Amino acid sequence: MDDFLLRALVAGLGVALVTGPLGVFVVWRRMAYFGDTLAHSALLGIALGILLGINLNLSVILLSILLALLLVGMNRNRHLSHDTQLGILAHSALSLGLVVMAFQTSVRVDLMAYLFGDILAVNATDLLWVWGGGFVVLTILMLIWKPLLSITVHEELAQVEGTPVMAVRLAFMLLIALVIAVSMKIVGVLLVTSMMIIPAAAARSLSRTPEQMALLAAVMGALSVILGLAGSWQWDTPAGPSVVVAAALLFSIVRIVIPPR
Amino acid sequence: MNSQGETLIEAKAVSISHQGRAVLQNVNMAVQRGEIVTLIGPNGAGKTTLVRVMLGLLKADSGDVVRSPGLCIGYMPQHLTLSENMPLTVMRFLTMAGKNSKLSMQDILQELDIEQLADYPMQRLSGGEHQRVLLARALLRQPDLLVLDEPVQGVDVTGQAALYNLITRIRDRFNCGVLMISHDLHLVMANTDQVLCLNNHVCCSGHPDSVSQHPAYLELFGTAVQAELAIYTHHHDHTHDIHGNVKSDDEGHGHG
Repeated sequence: MDDFLLRALVAGLGVALVTGPLGVFVVWRRMAYFGDTLAHSALLGIALGILLGINLNLSVILLSILLALLLVGMNRNRHLSHDTQLGILAHSALSLGLVVMAFQTSVRVDLMAYLFGDILAVNATDLLWVWGGGFVVLTILMLIWKPLLSITVHEELAQVEGTPVMAVRLAFMLLIALVIAVSMKIVGVLLVTSMMIIPAAAARSLSRTPEQMALLAAVMGALSVILGLAGSWQWDTPAGPSVVVAAALLFSIVRIVIPPR
Repeated sequence: MNSQGETLIEAKAVSISHQGRAVLQNVNMAVQRGEIVTLIGPNGAGKTTLVRVMLGLLKADSGDVVRSPGLCIGYMPQHLTLSENMPLTVMRFLTMAGKNSKLSMQDILQELDIEQLADYPMQRLSGGEHQRVLLARALLRQPDLLVLDEPVQGVDVTGQAALYNLITRIRDRFNCGVLMISHDLHLVMANTDQVLCLNNHVCCSGHPDSVSQHPAYLELFGTAVQAELAIYTHHHDHTHDIHGNVKSDDEGHGHG
């Protein structure tokens, strides 16, 4: 196997192992659009990173965290419905990112790579970001698992029972921001949410407990990466989208074999 | 310390307004151990707001909520809106209450007659089952105070009566205080020690008998309520258990 393909596989698996368990909460908490918003705005993070000449991973993480905090703040404002707030933020951040990039005449930016990922071009540093970041995210997720599950079932009930709701919610948003930042290069800003939603949805009808679903979502994601890369190699299709197509196929097969009851 | 009459929680001159509208004005109320207090009032009267303030979920603009030291509250929300995508059995939901021994779990499942539901997905419960599971979760914390937000919502009429009787029985058995919100006046009256009639301020409060004669109460709910009460007083030749199955009052006599 070629080196670059091996690196792609290792990077893809690293992403899948994190997006799966985090994705189940995105699905349970109906936050798909929230994930999309953070992902879209990651492009602005890249543009600003290039403009200021700082590490792109770092600039994306910082911007995502900033936006996550902004969204928590906006969430308290009841004058606009939540999906409208997200819609405004997602698309203006994406567009602003594209506009800022247009000003960069000195650097040629491969826009497609950021939008849809460039998994075949990952280098050793990227691998370190993916696996290092993934390790941090999974560790924190395990630490907040119980309270996060509790507030996902019923926030006020959890609060009366003594769960620090605000802190847990914030921690979860930061985890999403982190995951998006480290997996952006692999699947791209437009497709990264799909790696949270589709494997989790595929795992649903196979699971009896929340923990099973999280583990199976990671497995489903990993399978999608393997199948997608194999398909990409075989038919010379773009790697990131091929992984997502594989995930969608897996989801469909599970749905047909084990229909939801 | 566990004696009857200990004040568990008390609201002192609580006022709160929302977008320029006064939702609660100078509300005073208290719940004692062993006492069932029911909040009644029209929609928008501030019942839920008052309960949220008492629970500490909402901060009052002025006034205080005083809890007895170390007070443990069991809260039963109106309903859960669980995602269909979450695999969660009744047992798993109940263990999320935290501190409790296996023994008390069995005990409470039996008391609420939900043992057979332990492995059910939460999303597949009927209205009445759902409410009893929520009640079980609140009880598992072995609370000093039970707070119930419309506990009989989505339960049919016979089930409602059974649920209110169950709440009374729980109060007797665990010697806790109960604060609940209710809409259905006649069922509540039989199972409560104190009624607080709320319409942004406390209209009247006291024993159900005196409240139902109070002019403020009659003005709020109309005399139709009394008539309805009279019509409703009748007898069945059988009763239903909590599942709605027919139980004969005397053996050998039933339907048909």
